[in-house]
Amino acid sequence: MSIEISNLSKQFGSFVALDHIHLAIKPGELLALLGPSGSGKTTLLRVIAGLETADSGQVLFNNEDSTSKHVRDRQVGFVFQHYALFRNMTIFENVAFGLRVRPKKHRPTSQEIDQRVTHLLKLVQLDWLADRYPHQLSGGQRQRIALARALAVEPKVLLLDEPFGALDAKVRKELRAWLRKLHDDMHITSIFVTHDQEEALEVADRVVVMNQGRIEQIGTPDEVYEKPANPFIYEFLGHVNLFHGRVQRGRAWIDNIEIHAPEHAEADAFEAIAYVRPHEIEVEREINGEPALAARVVHVLSTGRVVKLELVRNNHQNQDTIQVELSKERFRALQLAKGDKVYIRPRRLDFFPDPANQSLLAS
Amino acid sequence: MTTLAQTLSSGRLQSARIAEESAWVRWILIGLALTFLALFLFVPLVAVFHEALKKGWDVYYAAITEPDALAAMRLTLTAAAIAVPLNLIFGIAAAWAIAKFEFRGKNILITLIDLPFSVSPVVAGLIYVLVFGLQGWLGPWLAAHDIQIIFAVPGIVLATIFVTVPFIARELIPLMQAQGTEEEEAAVILGANGWQTLWRVTLPNIKWGLLYGTILCNARAMGEFGAVSVVSGHIRGSTNTLPLHVEILYNEYSFAAAFAVASLLAMLALITLAAKTLVEHRLAKQHQPREINHEH
Amino acid sequence: MSTFKQYSVLPGFSLALGFTLLYLSLIVLIPLSATFIQTAELSWQEFWATVTAPRVVASYRLTFGASLAAALVNAVFGLLVAWVLVRYRFPGKRFVDALIDLPFALPTAVAGITLTAIYAGNGWIGQYLEPLGVKIAYTPLGVFVALTFIGLPFVVRTVQPVLEDIEPELEEAAAMLGATRLQTFQRIIFPTVLPALTTGFALAFARAIGEYGSVIFIAGNMPMISEITPLLIITKLEQYDYTGATAIAVVMLVISFALLLIINVLQWWNRHRNSLA
Repeated sequence: MSIEISNLSKQFGSFVALDHIHLAIKPGELLALLGPSGSGKTTLLRVIAGLETADSGQVLFNNEDSTSKHVRDRQVGFVFQHYALFRNMTIFENVAFGLRVRPKKHRPTSQEIDQRVTHLLKLVQLDWLADRYPHQLSGGQRQRIALARALAVEPKVLLLDEPFGALDAKVRKELRAWLRKLHDDMHITSIFVTHDQEEALEVADRVVVMNQGRIEQIGTPDEVYEKPANPFIYEFLGHVNLFHGRVQRGRAWIDNIEIHAPEHAEADAFEAIAYVRPHEIEVEREINGEPALAARVVHVLSTGRVVKLELVRNNHQNQDTIQVELSKERFRALQLAKGDKVYIRPRRLDFFPDPANQSLLAS
Repeated sequence: MTTLAQTLSSGRLQSARIAEESAWVRWILIGLALTFLALFLFVPLVAVFHEALKKGWDVYYAAITEPDALAAMRLTLTAAAIAVPLNLIFGIAAAWAIAKFEFRGKNILITLIDLPFSVSPVVAGLIYVLVFGLQGWLGPWLAAHDIQIIFAVPGIVLATIFVTVPFIARELIPLMQAQGTEEEEAAVILGANGWQTLWRVTLPNIKWGLLYGTILCNARAMGEFGAVSVVSGHIRGSTNTLPLHVEILYNEYSFAAAFAVASLLAMLALITLAAKTLVEHRLAKQHQPREINHEH
Repeated sequence: MSTFKQYSVLPGFSLALGFTLLYLSLIVLIPLSATFIQTAELSWQEFWATVTAPRVVASYRLTFGASLAAALVNAVFGLLVAWVLVRYRFPGKRFVDALIDLPFALPTAVAGITLTAIYAGNGWIGQYLEPLGVKIAYTPLGVFVALTFIGLPFVVRTVQPVLEDIEPELEEAAAMLGATRLQTFQRIIFPTVLPALTTGFALAFARAIGEYGSVIFIAGNMPMISEITPLLIITKLEQYDYTGATAIAVVMLVISFALLLIINVLQWWNRHRNSLA
């Protein structure tokens, strides 16, 4: 089933939760809604489910307006953040619930229900827990039961609200891979909400980054990570170093380094901030002909395969630390220690106008 | 439960060294508290049964089986049998509206539900006299249609309902608020209609709170004195509840008989306390669902 | 979209709220309003004369005085009992804990005749007090005793959960910083339980003011001396002085509503204090 969202807005009092959202979701896609808390991602999910109403705008399922359709008739499966398993029912009865409450003429026979539930419990690999109660299960098990319960009614769309939010790191990783595999097998159009960028990038076909009720960027994980559309996404998706610089007609400068900036070929001169990921910075002990920035090592942190360096620029008014990630091999080759002088050069970077200086120019 | 209690107390024990009183202070405080409770709670409780049996089992038995006592018993049971289920339905409806929805004026509504608790029982009786009594709003109309409410059973039932209105609602509202709306939302998404959601999801989740409120409501319904006294008219064998019967016997100086009937009510109180304590344990269990973390 | 209610997919709101409001109106609100309407028949002077007649004023003095004294005693001993129940272990503790609610569960008439029997001159306790010149039954002191009995659970039950929630670390920290046990109680524990204690006190006081059943047997009911206000309402009713009874009832209702308001504010304070901790 395809989903199309057009011009969706919602306010809670004076708080704008959704601000004119447009979004098209392809059939069979696994989409992540990614954003910080308060960005509107959960509200968007609940509006799609029919748990909330929007102030304006439409939700189309297969090109059919579902805005006024009741939740019961939308054929969506919803997995709640805290699972919302029925605490007074066994696991089996939880999964069977959606089938048992059907009107008599649509209700499967109890034998069919038995088979369906057993099949689903096997699918989530928890058939041995059928007679337990929710409070006897671990968080990861509850999560999988919540998913089985949602799938029991054969939804056309699967919506998951922070599906792994309440789990510890190890279980979370396992479930991620498992959800990805389940989706590849079943191909239900699925949307999940998360504030964890790693989760979104690892699991989803496409990622929708949201902030303050608006969509900041839509793209594949690679696109979003490699080509963030704006500073917010840069800072939200992992650590980033900022350098002040200037851009003019396809060329850019950070102090004495000149860099190609073909995407700004038409731009008149403007003050800019360069965004550089920690692993996109080259570190040398000596200047090797190319211009570079002088810095010294203030901290070395080894975390397994990657070594993280904290540097501070030499003789520069900006004393913010610069984070650099090196492979262990590169780090060994350089033989760096705290206090050493180094030369750094960004390998890849993006320029965005400096908001502070922009306002200066405008006034 | 025991394991929880043990962990708690062992935690306390560790802290006992530096953050607890010396033994003699402890025992003086315990002694003071227990003396106070003995004087005000334990002695009266024992005294009821002592006074009831002062003149022997025969007098006791006769007092609780005479026709007027039996009639009073029937009336007390009738009043409770009407008041408690009505307040049960009210409690569920009020808690459903208040706990599962967000709307304006909710806090005012909660306060209004609690109102009967802060009204003197005598005033509670009086207001029905003002509405249904001969001089009251509906008095002439009722008299013309030969319907008697005040100084009759309906008045007693109404007064009983009034004083017990809040009991079940005030147990259910915080319980259902704490449980949130996610389970109900999940049920609706899975296709359940309103009644299915209520019967299969909500009611099973609140059954202990419901029972708790019902026990308290019933105790008050059967024991109410002031409000019922105003509307009853004290007609022996007809509009006397058990507490009113106790009063009549007492005022006639039939002390042994009065205490015999009173001992029945005291037994009801003891059963109530026992049932309440048991249900409290179940409620406490439900409030802290055991989180068993056997993540691989 | 109405702003009255937020959207929800759950059904039954109109039905549930409608039934709630109808039931409350029929059982509670409309009958209660009858008192105010009945009183409106009186002119202000008549009303004032009725509710300030010497016998009525004497009953206020007794009702409020005895209720205040009983609530104060309950505040002190209720705190003590709650402390002992939460902090110490002793044989029979669970039985004692369950027994605290006896005044809630025991019909007031039963409490009334029993307390009278105990505190009468020949009663279990009364016989030891009479030689000392202390008479309790059939005096204002008896009213105080009955009101102490029925108010007993309120303070204990409001303070208990707050005491249970105090983290032991707090007291340990105080002790490590050199505070004596008494200082820790005064500066750490007491301020924490104060909102709950005040709430419990107000609840006990409010309950005592309206109390009827447990008091009338032990009070003696002598006009001007040991007659409580609720009894005066009944006396007037029995004389078919409906307006007089209602006027006094209105005074009591207004005071009850004021107390209800104060209690709500106190409970808010209590929650607020605890959520900050």
